[in-house]
Amino acid sequence: MSLVEALAEGLARASTLLPQDVVRALERAREREEGPARVQLEAILRNVEMARSGRVPICQDTGTPTFFVRFGLDFPYLKELFSAVPEAVRQATKTVPLRPNTVHPFTGKNPGDNTGRFIPAVTWEPLPGDSVEIHILPKGGGSENCSALKMLPPGVGLKGIKEAVVEHVVAAGGLPCPPTVVGVGIGGGADLALKLGKIALLRPLGQRHPEPEVAALEEELEALINASGVGPMGLGGKTTVLAVHVEYAHRHPASLPLGIAVQCWAHRRAVVRIGPDRSVTVSP
Amino acid sequence: MERVLTTPIPEEEARALRAGDVFYLSGLLITARDEAHKKILERGSPLPLEGLALFHCGPVVQKRGETWEVVAAGPTTSARMELFEAEFLRRFRPRVIVGKGGMGEKTLTALGEVGALYAHFTGGAGVLAAQAIKRVREVHWLEELGVPEAIWVFEVERFGPLVVAMDSHGRSLYKELSAQVERNMEAIRARIRGS
Repeated sequence: MSLVEALAEGLARASTLLPQDVVRALERAREREEGPARVQLEAILRNVEMARSGRVPICQDTGTPTFFVRFGLDFPYLKELFSAVPEAVRQATKTVPLRPNTVHPFTGKNPGDNTGRFIPAVTWEPLPGDSVEIHILPKGGGSENCSALKMLPPGVGLKGIKEAVVEHVVAAGGLPCPPTVVGVGIGGGADLALKLGKIALLRPLGQRHPEPEVAALEEELEALINASGVGPMGLGGKTTVLAVHVEYAHRHPASLPLGIAVQCWAHRRAVVRIGPDRSVTVSP
Repeated sequence: MERVLTTPIPEEEARALRAGDVFYLSGLLITARDEAHKKILERGSPLPLEGLALFHCGPVVQKRGETWEVVAAGPTTSARMELFEAEFLRRFRPRVIVGKGGMGEKTLTALGEVGALYAHFTGGAGVLAAQAIKRVREVHWLEELGVPEAIWVFEVERFGPLVVAMDSHGRSLYKELSAQVERNMEAIRARIRGS
């Protein structure tokens, strides 16, 4: 299999198959809810099943193709991989098909193949080793519009972080198509905080941050946001978020950046792993 | 028992439904986003809309030979149509507005005057919506407005589930919920500050 085919397959699966951890979280939410909230989750789960069996995109907004490439410095096909990413996006746009979602901000022109300046959005992360792991995250526009950066005064501490996250997610109401998954990035700088928020979204639901203080913050944020009552699609209910994931970086003494990356219920992700012998696995 | 409304929907059937009720729709569902609303108000509707259902949606469609097929057709955010909807309801009298996220006071008042409903369809559930669209009967102003903004006339069968989010008796689930959420937030803020 060529690397282009492997990545195009990854993007196709990300667009049409919701990962099992997300499906399970939606099913648990359905059991907790009643009335209009339950109706929303039943519709969501039916839609997910139809997309899976018909191999069609889960949502008409097939998102901005976003890749996180964790590559071994000794991976033998780096050069090939570099050009394979945009080519795979072009291919999947035709074969799945994906909605052409890249618009030039000045001319309004859409190349029609989901590529453009800096798009697909790719984050390259070098690591020791000889294999690669490519995380694919098609990111919808409605939920991305609800993402935010707050530059907090460090004096507000952890309480200030909690309050800012909860206020922000609750104020967004039904706009990001809840129940959402929220990635929170703390520290670093303005750009790094948001990037960490997005990286936090890559972790499967149900998997906590390995450090107990961070894991505790994740649990507390979930409970606080779900106490708001915003609920599925903003129609009221117990489930406003399926999960909150937190990542952090050390911060400047004068800064406490807080990046909030909001992802809709259609939390589409796929992972492509390629070994030094070009063996490929794609999940889900 | 699932309730199905079939177009043309009589006013008393719409008035009988209350905020929170769930129903399905059969008959004609007509898409209109920002541009279509604006143009219809300027020059009139290309088809009579009284008793029919209006859908805030820009579909993904495919042409096979001479027929259009709908691939995905989830709702778009209705708030943008608040600019037009009250006048639209009074002049063209659709009986149901389908969208997501809800609309404002002006629309709520007009729904009461004409005896119509605002119904919420699950955001992102574009495949579920497409599956209930049995046929594209016609499309208007396609060349002028492009695929997402054109006026698509869908024949639908048991389209839904639809939740009555704003009824013709002045009730809006969104309005009631935002008051409740604000009360909950006071308790949540106290929890955070006290922790």
